[in-house]
Amino acid sequence: MEYVLKNGLVYDPANEINGEKMDIFVKDGKIVESLPDDVKVIDVTDKVVMPAGVDPHAHVAGPKLVVGRLYRPEDSRRGVSQKTKVERAEAGFSIPCCPTTGYRYSRMGYGTVCEAAMPAMEAKHTHEEIATIRNIDVNPLTLFGNNWFVMEYARENRIEDLAAYIAAFLRISKGYGVKIVNPCGSEAWGWGKNVHGYDDKAPYFDVTSRQVVLALAKANEMLGLPHSIHIHPNDLGHPGNYPTTIDTLDSIKEITKSTKKAAKTRNQTVHTTHLQFHSYGGNSWKDADSAADKVAKFVNKTDYMTCDIGQVTFDETTTMTADAPMEYDLFKISGLKWANKDIECETAAGIIPCIYSPKTPVATLQWAIGLELFLLIDDPWKVCLTTDHPNAGPFIRYPRIISWLMSAPRRMEMIENGEVHKWSHKRTGLAGLEREYDFYDIATITRAAPAKVHGFTDRGALTPGYNADIAVYGLNPNDFDPSRNPEEVERAFSWANLTIKDGQILCKDGDLVATKKPHDIWCDVKGWEEEEARICNEIMPFFTQYYSIKWETYQVYDHYLSDPIAVQALAK
Amino acid sequence: MTYEPPVTDYDYIVENCTCAFCGCNCDDLDFLVKNGHVVAVRHACRLGASKVMEDLDQRIMVPMVRNEEGVLTEVSWDEALDTAAKYIAESIRPVFYGWSETSTECMKEGLELGEYIGAVLDNQATICHGPSLQAMQNAGYPIQTLGEVKNRADVIVYSGSNAMNSHPRHLARWAAFPRGYFRQRGRFDRTVITMDPKFSDTAKCSDMWVGFEQNGDYGFYNAIRAVIKGKKLQSESVSGIPAEDIYEIVETMKNAEFGTLFFGLGLTHTLGKQRNIDIAIKMIQDLNAMSKWGLTPMRGHFNVNGFNIFMAFETGWAFGVDFCRGYGRYMLGETNTIDLLVREEPDCFLVIAADPGAHFPNGANQHLANIPVIQIDIHWGPSTELADVVLPGSFISVECGGTSYRMDGVPIWMKKAIDKPETCRDDEWIVREIKERVFKLREEPNVAPKYVPNPGLGLLEKGD
Repeated sequence: MEYVLKNGLVYDPANEINGEKMDIFVKDGKIVESLPDDVKVIDVTDKVVMPAGVDPHAHVAGPKLVVGRLYRPEDSRRGVSQKTKVERAEAGFSIPCCPTTGYRYSRMGYGTVCEAAMPAMEAKHTHEEIATIRNIDVNPLTLFGNNWFVMEYARENRIEDLAAYIAAFLRISKGYGVKIVNPCGSEAWGWGKNVHGYDDKAPYFDVTSRQVVLALAKANEMLGLPHSIHIHPNDLGHPGNYPTTIDTLDSIKEITKSTKKAAKTRNQTVHTTHLQFHSYGGNSWKDADSAADKVAKFVNKTDYMTCDIGQVTFDETTTMTADAPMEYDLFKISGLKWANKDIECETAAGIIPCIYSPKTPVATLQWAIGLELFLLIDDPWKVCLTTDHPNAGPFIRYPRIISWLMSAPRRMEMIENGEVHKWSHKRTGLAGLEREYDFYDIATITRAAPAKVHGFTDRGALTPGYNADIAVYGLNPNDFDPSRNPEEVERAFSWANLTIKDGQILCKDGDLVATKKPHDIWCDVKGWEEEEARICNEIMPFFTQYYSIKWETYQVYDHYLSDPIAVQALAK
Repeated sequence: MTYEPPVTDYDYIVENCTCAFCGCNCDDLDFLVKNGHVVAVRHACRLGASKVMEDLDQRIMVPMVRNEEGVLTEVSWDEALDTAAKYIAESIRPVFYGWSETSTECMKEGLELGEYIGAVLDNQATICHGPSLQAMQNAGYPIQTLGEVKNRADVIVYSGSNAMNSHPRHLARWAAFPRGYFRQRGRFDRTVITMDPKFSDTAKCSDMWVGFEQNGDYGFYNAIRAVIKGKKLQSESVSGIPAEDIYEIVETMKNAEFGTLFFGLGLTHTLGKQRNIDIAIKMIQDLNAMSKWGLTPMRGHFNVNGFNIFMAFETGWAFGVDFCRGYGRYMLGETNTIDLLVREEPDCFLVIAADPGAHFPNGANQHLANIPVIQIDIHWGPSTELADVVLPGSFISVECGGTSYRMDGVPIWMKKAIDKPETCRDDEWIVREIKERVFKLREEPNVAPKYVPNPGLGLLEKGD
């Protein structure tokens, strides 16, 4: 299939194209330089054309999602809609079922979503869910931060062994990169405890969070993986946690970025996720305030890190994270139904419903801190748009966040008319921030930056040779002031005029016209096969003794992967 | 038990096979194969081994359709599948029940057909751990994998579950006996408590047996919660258990480094039903303030949990999902199999890998006798007597590969070890064939002309 998207206003930050009127040519699922004049024309005159969205951090598939769906039928009921000729029936609000997740992303013009936490032991489950999602590609990150083998290697500083272990377990779990969640803290939760600060030790393992993170970062760079370590630091959600955040990020300065080919796309050696939850000042919720200025200042002066925000959206949602002790803390505060899911030798997870009401001080503070970070971090290439779906809000609210970022008057209106609690201006500096994002910035934080952060070389830009993943929105920036029309911005980004995936038109004027199987993206490390085999041999006695399943049943076989893309990392 | 000499006459061994019996899904079995049959099974318990070895006992070998005289007669696969598809296509309130002893791959086909035709999909949870699912929807769900129990647990509680009989290797592999990373002395490092009115086989190998009165579950756990919270009991005994014993039990539970509660149908099906589980879950949540505790329902069929997980990620609900209006509805007591049958609503019933004839209440089975029943199964059973079409499937984990989910939610790839009988077909294939035939017979009902987002999503209207 060949066609041209004609006369669109193109925002493609990766190629420094800022609202130029251009034609985009598509052939056989790829973007091409040009095509003959007689090809089919799709007229997108004066509409915003961007690469399809890339979500760098969300929870869309896997065991903890399913616990959420199992125990929150009320959430499933909230999003119900009838099947059509194209799509299956929808269900779910904060934790939609798999097909629904894909449909909704697709309607917003998204094409790729990172599933941010996959326990290796239950990776088959995650991949089964990914195969059920439609219209978006998914790259799952394997959890390593509380893994017993990893803690052992980190304590003994055996970086090469750790690298071999990562290479082997990315292959076994079919994961894309290294995710670290509350390092050592989730292991401590095995005993109902947590770690506090970056230099606290996991019980019995005699290893600190700092050692684990640095070891994983070194191993990650030794292999030259396309993505850097992806970290959820310690002390999430605790007032006064920002020093831990800065400690963690500052320690990465000693890491030298890999020069290997797969690692070339990205600039960072660490990606910090949902930074909003890690930027609190004060000592308790009584005197908590924003430390966004301090954290943003740190981000601005460092060149080796990127982040996403985890913006609170004022919804009733379901929080779920491998930071299980934090979820129990939330249970102690809210008393809502609490679920937990510990996974042997690897990780833990906690789940609890959460109501972020604009009338409450804490939720408002979190909301304002998120926006402050967006507005105080100077370089949009360092920051990505997320809600840490579903933790701070469901992904269907991205368009609303975009409207807040593009409109200072809208933000001031919310603060002044009492739509949000007064902590928004009493405890944060949000009211003093007049910066507004433009379409180029929005395209950066929702497409170009996340794709670069994940090291993708086939998406997130409209470069010839890249996948034809394209979104078209019904706005004419030359004739429209987003600052004064936040509602129109939200509407336009909620219902893409066109969503194109691998050249196929999936969504037209906000309605799905086709569905498509996802690509399951994983990272195939090449050149370390011998080391991988050696390390698997070495761990086998321990594995056999202390895991509850057999090695043979532990692995993810190829038939679990839907149209896989194996991104190769030539580690030697 | 009499001594049986080891089997030495076999052709080859297939290692690391998975047991398709209970929710333990033991994946360390060795099948000894001779002439294409499993003649012995190593490592399995007697339940699992006998299921695998005696797979040809009362095996349904050929497709059958009930003729005009009411006798099941052998027919060709084509005819059987066509008849099944016709019944489904002509029905307005079909129910697809079972699924707990087949693979998620097969469920996928069944769900596609169910969504298309507007069926109710339900599994055995509706008659076993349904109250547990209901309770977790009320109170929460703090669980852990079984390896966590093996490596960390020093206090194990079985409540309303006689694991020694129902899940024979449960104690041996994970809960009581194994040497875990932090429990190197195995059984000696653990305290096992059985809470059960009956002095069961599990109670016999426990350190403590708490034989509370029948139907005393709720009162007993209520008392435990009160004591955990520092309250003093007002009566000398609760549910037949002396107050001082309750104080002692609570001390043991509070002082655990890592405790796990395993509960079975003894808790879900006594007076109070889901309320018993509610309070057990809340007890676990309370205990986490001072110790570390989790729980796990002792799921019965090997993939009963798998169906709940599968349905949750495909549709948003765990079981009893009704698609008759073109979207999913889930309402306990309304969209569950037994309730539907006793209200005489269904006009077609597909049963796969389940035996309602043996397990359903009489009123439900009476309605089954009046409507077309399609059975997909490997063994002859009471449901076969009710069935109008019988389709012989294959034995997952022995004759056919597939995915199942263990009681703790760990997914397991069950590989194929031997070939199925020539006249049988894989469950997945059978359901797919029926699906494709139904697609041809009937246009999809209840399709909305266009997508209308649920107002609950709070999205802005699309505009022009």
